[in-house]
Amino acid sequence: MSETATAPVLTAKDFATDQEVRWCPGCGDYSILAQVQKVMPTLGIPRENIVIISGIGCSSRFPYYMNTYGMHSIHGRATAIASGLKASRPELSVWIVSGDGDSLSIGGNHTIHLLRRNFDVNLLVFNNQIYGLTKGQYSPTSEENKVTKSTPFGSIDHPFNPLALAMGADASFVARTMDRDPKHLQAMLLRTNQHKGASFLEIYQNCNIFNDGAFEVFTEKGSKAQETLFLEQGKPLLFGAGSDKGIKLDGFTPKVVNLADGYSADDLWIHDEQDIYKAQILTRIFDDPKVEGHLPRPFGVFYENDRPCYEEIMALQIEDAKARKTADLDALLKGKETWTIV
Amino acid sequence: MARKQEVLQDVVIKFAGDSGDGMQLTGTQFTNNTALLGIDLSTFPDFPAEIRAPIGTIPGVSGFQLRFSSDRVFTPGDACDVLVAMNAAALKANLGALKKGGKIIVNTDGFDSKNLRLANYPDGENPLENGSLENYEVIRIDVTKMTREALKEFQMGMKEKDRAKNMFVLGFLYWLYGRDMSNTTDFLKEKFGKKPDILDSNMKVLQAGYNYGDTTEAFAITYKVEKAKMPSGTYRSVMGNQSLAYGLIAAAQVSGLPMFLGTYPITPASDILHELSRHKNFGIRTFQAEDEIAAITSAIGASYGGALGVTTTSGPGMALKAEAMGLAVMLEVPLVIINVQRGGPSTGLPTKTEQSDLLQAYYGRNGECPMPVISASTPADCFEAVYEAVRISVQHMTPVIFLSDGYIANGAEPWKFPATADLPPIHVKFKTELGHGEEKLQPYLRDEKLARPWAVPGTAGLEHRIGGLEKQNITGNISYDPENHQLMVKIRQEKVDKIAEYIPEQKIDSGAAKGKVLVLGWGSTFGAIKSAVSELIAAGHEVSHAHLRYVRPFPKNLGEILKSFDTVLVPEINNGQLIKILRDVYLVDAKPYNKIMGVPITKTELVEEIRKYL
Repeated sequence: MSETATAPVLTAKDFATDQEVRWCPGCGDYSILAQVQKVMPTLGIPRENIVIISGIGCSSRFPYYMNTYGMHSIHGRATAIASGLKASRPELSVWIVSGDGDSLSIGGNHTIHLLRRNFDVNLLVFNNQIYGLTKGQYSPTSEENKVTKSTPFGSIDHPFNPLALAMGADASFVARTMDRDPKHLQAMLLRTNQHKGASFLEIYQNCNIFNDGAFEVFTEKGSKAQETLFLEQGKPLLFGAGSDKGIKLDGFTPKVVNLADGYSADDLWIHDEQDIYKAQILTRIFDDPKVEGHLPRPFGVFYENDRPCYEEIMALQIEDAKARKTADLDALLKGKETWTIV
Repeated sequence: MARKQEVLQDVVIKFAGDSGDGMQLTGTQFTNNTALLGIDLSTFPDFPAEIRAPIGTIPGVSGFQLRFSSDRVFTPGDACDVLVAMNAAALKANLGALKKGGKIIVNTDGFDSKNLRLANYPDGENPLENGSLENYEVIRIDVTKMTREALKEFQMGMKEKDRAKNMFVLGFLYWLYGRDMSNTTDFLKEKFGKKPDILDSNMKVLQAGYNYGDTTEAFAITYKVEKAKMPSGTYRSVMGNQSLAYGLIAAAQVSGLPMFLGTYPITPASDILHELSRHKNFGIRTFQAEDEIAAITSAIGASYGGALGVTTTSGPGMALKAEAMGLAVMLEVPLVIINVQRGGPSTGLPTKTEQSDLLQAYYGRNGECPMPVISASTPADCFEAVYEAVRISVQHMTPVIFLSDGYIANGAEPWKFPATADLPPIHVKFKTELGHGEEKLQPYLRDEKLARPWAVPGTAGLEHRIGGLEKQNITGNISYDPENHQLMVKIRQEKVDKIAEYIPEQKIDSGAAKGKVLVLGWGSTFGAIKSAVSELIAAGHEVSHAHLRYVRPFPKNLGEILKSFDTVLVPEINNGQLIKILRDVYLVDAKPYNKIMGVPITKTELVEEIRKYL
């Protein structure tokens, strides 16, 4: 017999459960689930050490379909539950699955605090710009003037820009991907996992029932090349059919240039994930694709920065306190001043 | 100078002054000094919600009541023997609580025209001069002047010098009660060791106050209170929130569970966070969350991961945590939710005491959502009671609500602290592998207590999913089946009811097991009820006192006890909450006695009330 037990090689199937998946046929969530199940076996993390925490909403059914540890909690609080879990069990790989309503509306407060504290967790925000589970009200990411069941005359709310919000909360990893680009989604899941610290991954996800086609200009063949900008570390910002266009920084303002007009890659904005200032400009590229002269929507890792994680510092403080003072319960209960009655 | 020393049995002193006058510190120091002499005591700090209400006004008055006695005491006293009034407002606010003939020690400097005006005395009226205090013994001291005089060689501003005023009063009282001052000098050395100026000035003024009493011929008598006849053992003085924190630490140590406190600051619970955060050497993780909801949900996350999750709050925070409590009930994970009650509703009376969250604890959640409720009756009792809350929580896999209140939290009393070796065990059982014949974990398969297994992430082979949706019995899979829902509701209820088999039977605290009147209380009314009932028993009346620690479920024999008395009287600092539940559960025609003034029930008023039924 071999001395060392080798861990069995797991496949996507090992991460599926016997529960019937109950999203609407055609929902973008299926693709996200499939990509997560594909990526998980490649992470080298024992399955028992993976925990998926969700809130409420369509996306939040996710844990039931993943053969890991999981909790389907209450609306908006998955981030806070994950914080307590990670604080007390730093060795676990904690994933939070949430939607735009769950993490940016009812749970907005916990989201920003999770990011600023920088727990080493992965926050996947399935953004479909609509409330699906409650059957079609506008969400905090819905575009202005959206006609829904709750806004028959059009919504008045100005939408969140989720990545700008994450940057504002000092997230240490900020990225965007989409359900309809499985390869990119997988790559972003890997990067999200690799990052040590709070990772904010926004995933554009199509709700084909209540908000069908919300992102189709970014996902469909006919428009994708023109409307999307895929960020790659150290590479110039190129887009368009055959990468014929690029983004150039004119002061602080990004401008589209045609390479055919004599611009070379050297003239373009070179992506640097470590550059917090440029990352903020990138998150601000959030133009409405219907508006003339708009910029393409960026996808990829906008920003990554290593800074200490909350749970690590917490553990260090405890180790330090233990080293300074023995935990003597009798001494604690006795205190400094006592008297004896005979 | 030789003086007569008079021996007293029981003294109630109220220190009252402006919020900035350091009355809480003065009271605490005198309390510790008293405790170290083995004199029994009980305290009642009473301070405004405002950090610094306008100086000199009645809303700005901060008080600290201390009762000490050579007999056992259970309340801080209904009326005061001695009132220390640092200014006119302090006198005006507290004179009503002073016994006729009591002593008033006044700082005459606090009675200038400005202070009199701020205290709303009519123009030209000065209580020190108009004869209105002739039924009292007034000791006039110009504390401000003498403090400045004592510090005349100190190079510090007048404002800074005046800050030591409370030390003058403390020194004087130490002299008046024949005390040694070393606990306070030690305290000052520790607190101001790094600020020699402040240390020296405080020491100087403390001594000056003492000397003032000693050398002034006007004071002919000093007083002494002998040691109390208390059970033998070693004691310390402890405050409610402090002993509560110690109880949690002890339970974590004994159970071997790492403790995680998720909390959000709120009066009067914050001191539990302050205390626990100092003891990280016990492996305690304290997390000051962004709000009350994150506080409880982070604790749920920690419990899910195998820690002892705890959250602390007060009424309004409790309301915010309600939904998450429901989640904990559905997940069936251990969790201790501590509510240090205060006056409500809404923001209510943040610094005043009340017992008005019992119904919230019982019923304040959506759905059929039963949780055990445990309560503490005195500051020292918090230790044992919260230890019990932890035991029940981890052994029965259920969130537990623990009720304290502002009166208990800030009060102090002697505590015969336990030795670690004498603490009862808290057995924790994690599920580590599948049972025989089990193919996958059945997260809602129960043991004889109806507790489900605690299978924590990181345990290979036990991967499973739980959540707030109704689950199928045993498998934990989502289920909307009507029969199953009814079954699960009944099981969750039965699980909580079953705890009655694992807690002690209800004891009668004072009096016979049957008779005319049973005074049944819970929480901080303990001292008042005990004192009132003891007095009536001594006077030959048929009255008994029982005090509940376990409020949900009730001890098995409670129904029998209730039937053994002609009248059951239920005093509460609320509009009648326990009594509603008693009437519901036992169909007993119990009588209420309710006081909702933000202050404790007094012994005197309770004696009067009980007499109506004798």
